[in-house]
Amino acid sequence: MEWSFVIEKLILVSVIFIITLVIAMYSTLAERKIAGFMQDRYGPDRAGMFGILQPLCDGGKFFFKEEIIPAGAHKVLFIVGPTIAIITACISSAVIPWGQELHLGDRVVSLQVADVNVGILYMFGVIALGVYGIMLGGWASNNKFSLMGAIRAASQSISYEIAMGLSIIALLMVTQSLSLKEIVAQQSGFVNWNIWAQPLGFIIFMVCAFAECNRVPFDLPECETELVGGYHTEYSSMKLGLYMFSEYINMFVSSALMASLYFGGYNFPFMNDLGLSANWITIIGVIVFFLKIFGFIFFFMWVRWTLPRFRYDQLMNLGWKMLIPLAIANIVLTGVFTLIKDTYFSS
Amino acid sequence: MQLSNRKKVIEQKPMTFSERIYFPAIIRGLRITLRHFFKKIPTIKYPEEIRPYSKNFRGQHSLKRDEEGRERCTACGLCALSCPAEAITMTAAERKKGEEHLYREEKYASVYEINMLRCIFCGLCEEACPKEAIYLDGPHVTADYLRKDFIYGKDKLVEPTFDITKLKS
Repeated sequence: MEWSFVIEKLILVSVIFIITLVIAMYSTLAERKIAGFMQDRYGPDRAGMFGILQPLCDGGKFFFKEEIIPAGAHKVLFIVGPTIAIITACISSAVIPWGQELHLGDRVVSLQVADVNVGILYMFGVIALGVYGIMLGGWASNNKFSLMGAIRAASQSISYEIAMGLSIIALLMVTQSLSLKEIVAQQSGFVNWNIWAQPLGFIIFMVCAFAECNRVPFDLPECETELVGGYHTEYSSMKLGLYMFSEYINMFVSSALMASLYFGGYNFPFMNDLGLSANWITIIGVIVFFLKIFGFIFFFMWVRWTLPRFRYDQLMNLGWKMLIPLAIANIVLTGVFTLIKDTYFSS
Repeated sequence: MQLSNRKKVIEQKPMTFSERIYFPAIIRGLRITLRHFFKKIPTIKYPEEIRPYSKNFRGQHSLKRDEEGRERCTACGLCALSCPAEAITMTAAERKKGEEHLYREEKYASVYEINMLRCIFCGLCEEACPKEAIYLDGPHVTADYLRKDFIYGKDKLVEPTFDITKLKS
């Protein structure tokens, strides 16, 4: 392996890492701002212009708060919990293709950290690992509310992962590939976006993504009205900050995943008819991709400030009795359509 | 037997299909929140933006001076008598020779105290005063930490002196 390749990847990784953290930081501000606007008020606007420094103040406060580890807690796991949560959140963005290739001189730089040919499986594995952070943290706190929150988180994400996986299977039947790079490259233009082929699959995937991110209306694990703070009741200082942060990073990554699986990733309409050079197309593509991601993040927040929380049995009913049968039906439908298309319309 | 005709019989019907799949209701909800997102926000950002006060706003009291800068109050006690909250006390004193430039009348208030925790800002003292010496034309009474600090003496109540000759120029 050549050194320049290592350096190139290192730079790419650090840039993506920084972008992820900054977006997660400003998601907290955006969430509060959007909440404010939707409730006819301003949201935080004291720290800097439009509250632009608010995330920095929050972060600083998190760092300087006293750190409390409860006497009955399992000390090691209590620390391991948020660590796993943040690590899994951060590494899940590795397989997302942020753009096409950049041509720098005679070098071709791929804007994807790792082109794993089972990219989607990797994503699923990492996202599934994320629940360990919550589970360990909740159990190690030695608090019944934390434990309840953790149990809810575990059973919720297991139930919804099934429907999510099934909705992805239908997508894979269309794309014939597990590599995210390949999937995004197939959706060039506008009519090739997977949302047109898999509208039902997208809705199922999105509902499951809400549940996996523990966002409203599926935020049962940290349901304030019943469980104080859910799995992070006993956490304070930066460890609580890490949990919050990993939640926002998860939201960012799942937005990116939805955008690249169903909404064409970096592809935008008429990209091949503009007559621009490949580098410009790539740069515009990256911007478009981020706009799509921000759109999804906005949607996440929009839903959060619209819907109330599901009851726990409703959550399980929705997961097992509606989404899973729907996802299976979607697979069958996709299979039938593919078969009809291949038999009668293949020229 | 119905008296008001407002009684409604509510029967619980089983949910229709569109109600059971949630989505129409969710979309309706999303539309409502989006409408609020673009609405004008009624908040007034207080320290930067102050709402206009009413013309007859009653704030902190001030003891007035006359055109020559002398205190108008003659310590008659009518304000204290009219005060429904009994917030005003005063001690009268006689004007000495050579103090004519300080006090307008022959009797003046050497101590004049208003307990701002008792005051209800009704403005009856203002109406009772025969000498036009007290007006509630000040700002809001600010918060403080100790009860004793809410008893405002003459140092806080009397208008600051000003040089009338300078004002004209």
